[in-house]
Formats: sequence, C-alpha cells, structure tokens
Amino acid sequence: MLSEQILFFVAAAGALAGAVGVVALRNPFFSVLALVGHLLALAVLFLLLRAEFVAAAQVVVYAGAVMVLYVFVVTYVGGSEEPLGPSLGAIRAVGPLFAVALLAEIAIATVATGLKAVGSRGSEVAAGFGSPQAIGALLMEKFLIAFEAASFLLLLAAVAAVVLAGRRRGLEEAGGERVLQLGRRPETGPQATDRSAGEQGGYGGRAIDKPASAARGGQST
Amino acid sequence: MTWFVVLSAFIFCIGAAGVLTRRNPLVILLCLELMLNAGNLALLAFARGHGDGAGQVFALVVMVIAACEVVIGLGLIVAMYRHKLPIDADEMSELRG
Repeated sequence: MLSEQILFFVAAAGALAGAVGVVALRNPFFSVLALVGHLLALAVLFLLLRAEFVAAAQVVVYAGAVMVLYVFVVTYVGGSEEPLGPSLGAIRAVGPLFAVALLAEIAIATVATGLKAVGSRGSEVAAGFGSPQAIGALLMEKFLIAFEAASFLLLLAAVAAVVLAGRRRGLEEAGGERVLQLGRRPETGPQATDRSAGEQGGYGGRAIDKPASAARGGQST
Repeated sequence: MTWFVVLSAFIFCIGAAGVLTRRNPLVILLCLELMLNAGNLALLAFARGHGDGAGQVFALVVMVIAACEVVIGLGLIVAMYRHKLPIDADEMSELRG
C-alpha cells in the first residue's frame, strides 16, 4: 500500500508538471512534448486505478498516434514564439482568476461532498476488472450503441479532416482557386448592385420591380 | 480516492486557464486535451470506487471524442495556414475566413 501511495504522488507530480508545462511554455513544440509526459504520467495513474486497458490505449493511441499528429502540424505550421497571454489586458487578468475560482469550486464540491465513497479506498474489485476482456464484454453487450456511434463519429471526423485540409490538386488549374477566393472574400457587393441596377434598367423602371430589386441589392451588400 | 479527484480538479483548472489565456490555437487544443484527460481521470477514479467497469467504457468513448476533436481542430489550423491567415485566436474573431 505504501509503494502504491509513493507511486501515486510521483505520477501526480509528473502529471501536474506536464500540465503546467503545456500552459506555460512559449514554444508550441515544447508544449506538445510536455503533454506527452503528462499523458504518460496519467497512464501510470490509470494503472493504479486498475484500468489496464484504458492505460494501454492512453499510451498507444494518445501518446503515440495523436501526439504524432500534433508534432506534424506544429512542424508544418511552424512553432512560432508567441508572447504569453492575450493582448487585451482585461482577459489576461480575468482568465487565471476564473481558473482559480473554478478550482475552488470543484475542490469544495469534491472534498466537502457528502458522498462517503469518495473518501474510501474504493470497493473490492474482481480479478479481471479493467482487463481487455471485461471492457470488450461491456462494449459489446451493454454499450453497443455508444460503440457504433463512436465508430461513426471517427469516420465523420476523417472525412471532415480530408475536406478541411485537402489541397484540391485537381481543381487548382480548373478554376478551383477562384471558387475558393469567392468563398473567402465575397466580392459580390458591387456586382450585385450592378446587376440589380441593370435589372432595373432592363425592366424599364417598372414600379413593381423597384423595391424588390433594391431589397435584393441591400441584402447582398 | 479523494486524491485522484482533487488531482483531476487541478489538471482541469490548469487546462481551463490555458484555454482562457493562450492565443495560439494549437496550444488551446492542447489545453482542451488536458481538460478531457482530467475528466477521464475522474471517471476512472469513480469507476474504481464503484467497482463498475462502465466508467472505463466512458473514458474510452471520451478518448474517441478527443481524437475526433483533434482531427477537426488540426484540419482547421492547417486550412488557416494554407489560406495565409494568422495563427492567432485573437485575430480569428469572425467565421468568414
């Protein structure tokens, strides 16, 4: 039991240091590395909580795959050294204040809670608790819909990432760039008013069309 | 078990402070990861407390959600970079690129 406590405090210190490093380091690349350390320390804590499968998934999926994605994007975008803190003075002061208030609130809610189980060492668990077998049985029997929804969500995210970050190679020569430009910076204002003016002229200034075209021009500008 | 919950509260608040004060969207995403992981830690602590495996399944689903969020967020950042927009959350105050 004593060794468990020592391990908890070592891992907790590592997790806290990693979290502070993520927030306080200026270079985003070092922030990512601090988050990797934080995740590894958290995996140790998960093991202490008898969650073996989740700890393994944390190391393999999170600290492995997701963080590699982050490193790629940081090196691609270029880890720019930004000045710490927002430019607006008010937000700079209010942000940490809000965080401290949140911490006080959560601490009061957890420590002073009436729930007796929070203070205990936890109930006795079976031998296979947290093993891949137990998790798999739960996923397949009790949480099948959540499992399927998660897989569908992953598919959606993959498609969305391709759409968002795709280079659109085939369209660039064929005027795809122009479409993008139109989508980004709509320059339809003067054109639309020109068109409505032309319509006005074309219809010979009929009284019925005038307010409609004026309204259309006003909407698009 | 109280210690686990208190630790998760600390990590969550550090992440919240980061989201509120940092300007780089990449670092904001990292801080969101911190907050999600704090939630995971609390879920696992309560699963241990109850001796019920459902909390661990919840934690796994949270990890899936976090992966999706990372993919979308990083895709947005790459798109911003490709459109020569500044990688700065304060400059991105409108949805129109």
